Amino acid sequence: MNRRLLALAAFALATSARAETIAIVDARLMTMAAAGEIERGTILIRDGCIVAIGPAVTVPAGTKVIDGRGGTVTPGFLQADSTLGAVEVSQVPASTDRATHSAAISAGFDLSLGLNPDSILLPVSRLAGITHAVATPLYDDRAGRDLQFAGQAAVIDLAQGPAMITRPRAAMVLEMGEGGAERAGGARAAAIVALKAALADVRHFASHRADYDRGKGRPQKLSRIDLEALIPVAEGRMPLIVKVDRASDIREIIALAREEKLRVILDGAEEGWRVATDIAAAGLPVIVDPLANLPRSFSELGATMENAARLHAAGVTVIIKTGSGTAHRARELRYGAGNAVAYGLPHDVAVAAITINPARVFGVADRVGSLEAGRLADLVLWNGDPLEPLSQPQAIFVEGAEKPLTARPLELRDRYLPRAP
Amino acid sequence: MGLTEYFKSSGRAATLAATLLIGSAGALAAPDAAGGDPFPSTYRAAAAPPFAIVGATVLTGSGAEIPDAVVLVRAGVIEAVGAKLALPDGYAAVDGRGKWVTPGIIDAHSHLGVYPSPATPSHDDGNEAVAPNTAEVWAEHSVWPQDPKFRLARAGGVTSLMILPGSANLFGGRSVTLKNVPAVTVQGMKFPHAPYGLKMACGENPKRVYGAKGRSPATRMGNVAGYRKAWIDAADYARKWEKWEKDGRAGDPPRRDLQLETLAGVLRGEILVQNHCYRADEMVVMIDVAREFGYRIRAFHHANEAFKIAPLLAKEDICVATWANSWGAKMESLDGLEENAPMIDAAGGCAIIHSDDGLLIQRLNQEAGIAMTAANHAGLSIPRGEAIKWITANPARAMGIADRVGTLEPGKMADVVLWSADPFSVYALAERVWIDGVPVWDRADPRYQAPSDFLLGQPGQESSR
Repeated sequence: MNRRLLALAAFALATSARAETIAIVDARLMTMAAAGEIERGTILIRDGCIVAIGPAVTVPAGTKVIDGRGGTVTPGFLQADSTLGAVEVSQVPASTDRATHSAAISAGFDLSLGLNPDSILLPVSRLAGITHAVATPLYDDRAGRDLQFAGQAAVIDLAQGPAMITRPRAAMVLEMGEGGAERAGGARAAAIVALKAALADVRHFASHRADYDRGKGRPQKLSRIDLEALIPVAEGRMPLIVKVDRASDIREIIALAREEKLRVILDGAEEGWRVATDIAAAGLPVIVDPLANLPRSFSELGATMENAARLHAAGVTVIIKTGSGTAHRARELRYGAGNAVAYGLPHDVAVAAITINPARVFGVADRVGSLEAGRLADLVLWNGDPLEPLSQPQAIFVEGAEKPLTARPLELRDRYLPRAP
Repeated sequence: MGLTEYFKSSGRAATLAATLLIGSAGALAAPDAAGGDPFPSTYRAAAAPPFAIVGATVLTGSGAEIPDAVVLVRAGVIEAVGAKLALPDGYAAVDGRGKWVTPGIIDAHSHLGVYPSPATPSHDDGNEAVAPNTAEVWAEHSVWPQDPKFRLARAGGVTSLMILPGSANLFGGRSVTLKNVPAVTVQGMKFPHAPYGLKMACGENPKRVYGAKGRSPATRMGNVAGYRKAWIDAADYARKWEKWEKDGRAGDPPRRDLQLETLAGVLRGEILVQNHCYRADEMVVMIDVAREFGYRIRAFHHANEAFKIAPLLAKEDICVATWANSWGAKMESLDGLEENAPMIDAAGGCAIIHSDDGLLIQRLNQEAGIAMTAANHAGLSIPRGEAIKWITANPARAMGIADRVGTLEPGKMADVVLWSADPFSVYALAERVWIDGVPVWDRADPRYQAPSDFLLGQPGQESSR
């Protein structure tokens, strides 16, 4: 069979998966649920959902069986701080939708509205076990137009179907520390004052909406679109992702979250390990890049490969990412988790940090992020340790549908591979 | 002569080493028109007692994987590598059981020191982006030896690296090859007698930078015109100097020109062209330009599309320094593949995994592992012994230092890494690193972990990086 036919066959398989019963048998199962790790077990999937999982699951007649011997099944990975779906070629502006410099749209920038399920980056990332991403807006600062908020992030799936939004408006994105200071006029204190002022304005707007409708509200720095978007943040319903690195900046944000009753997710937090007990006491989850050990700025002088392990040891919920706004290099997510293990993070925690932890923090754990009955079949069968470069995926399911193990770079590779004699 | 035998006749070891050093390469100095390097290396390896790494699996860099091997190091050079070598008297034994040994990792594309951390404007010294031809600048004059990244790269097993100017210009300037030793000056790091390189750049960067300034090159055809004009001037300059030499140095010598001196060094074959170039079609144009003016391209860097012309690059003996994971930032990098380097290797070419990055340089071993795994998944058959060449022997070749580093052959400089596990594993850490037989990194010993001056007394240094 030639490669085109193989691809067609794989496509047919993918589209029919929802309607059939499938079992992955005899695999090691990292459930990320109460069952923990099952050394050798079976996952039974019907109509795209996990219906049974365990060491002694009966496989009914007529089930399509996938041999998992020697392999490991994990939930699909979730890439935090990603721009998947919002970029094709980074330096071709018309192919990117990651950021806006519109004067009226800051907090109101809702990234979920303009994403592209046909992006060629999605299957590339999927081959690295990534089934979901938190599509996260970036800043597009221009002279004279420094946006306070980057906008709202959305949880997306990488199935390449038309309904790619798993959860829209999952979090608001704000940069503080050096970046926030620059946007607020050059000093950290100004950024904090501006944030408190914005929250006060939002609360006033929310409780005097009728006045504003009659044109009798008090003057506002933010646009009406932005004020509307910030109401759930001010009311503690929508998480606020705060990008911040320096230990003292993290302390300021912890205090601010307490005072303003905000649900904060710390992002970056390269010096987080220095204030790990404070973060744990405040109950804030942290998105960490385990590879970020460069003293790139005066906010990151204490950056270390041990950040993830030390935060976890202090009791912090850790989410692992690699890079910032990651898209083309999303494949590195599992290696980042592996490197965190090399620097002290327990292996199962590293897997949780790219599955169930981000699923919980971003509000999609009722559907994905763990292997248990009642969840969508959103999982990957690996031929070895999922965090090793030396391992490859053998089967990938995204929200119930099995996906072909193909992507544009592999087609390109096959076009140029020397023909077998 | 077997390795054991070879070792016993230790008197001959030094002779053989010397022969190897002299025998395998041509002129290695970096002479200019004035003769000699005006910024000579002051690096001298300290004397170090002999030692033996015993019981590790060794990837030699010459293709072999030797289990349960012994590596003997004496007087700063590799003395012998093999299974079942006896541990001679007077050699400190390093327990390598369950561990792996490779040659020191070599990065053929780095900007450490010229784009240091912290990345302040005060430190932004990698691109002299004021004119498309700045062949007159030398990267070594921008290197800040206190860049904390040198120490981080050392902890990743990197023992030699080529520091290049950026890619804003058609001719970015000279590269410099360093030994990754702690030093106060760049001269104290310079790899003794390593040839210089000339950074050239194709494609989007030069035309974007100068097009935006409203000057040439604003297009790819402008790029190529820029190269050709410069080579015409360089050939003219070289002829004037040749004539002066031929005439017995009679009369005043031609006036020195730093820009043309570097280009003439390329035409004389003394300076190696390191050419940033992504697209296959542009690489072939660059090969034609090189042929027109009679110079050779030593390596294409980044070269995301090299796999499309792998047999040609092998035939032309041009190395390809690339990544596994970087693609898609620009149109010219859209076709990047994990399998790029292995496809060059499979065609018989010189494949290199490079970093171009302060994070990746700490994990070149993993990047090579990603490429190796992808290639084997695609049906190519790349063993570990071959893949390790992408970050050892092959970059040494591209940098013109393959006679001294890049493999564990007897007589080579003892630049060695002891890994905690299979170096292509994400869990492998460089436990110990030696340069010229001198320990420069030891994960268990703080004496060999000293950070740069910059980080001394700074907050948050109590956790190891």
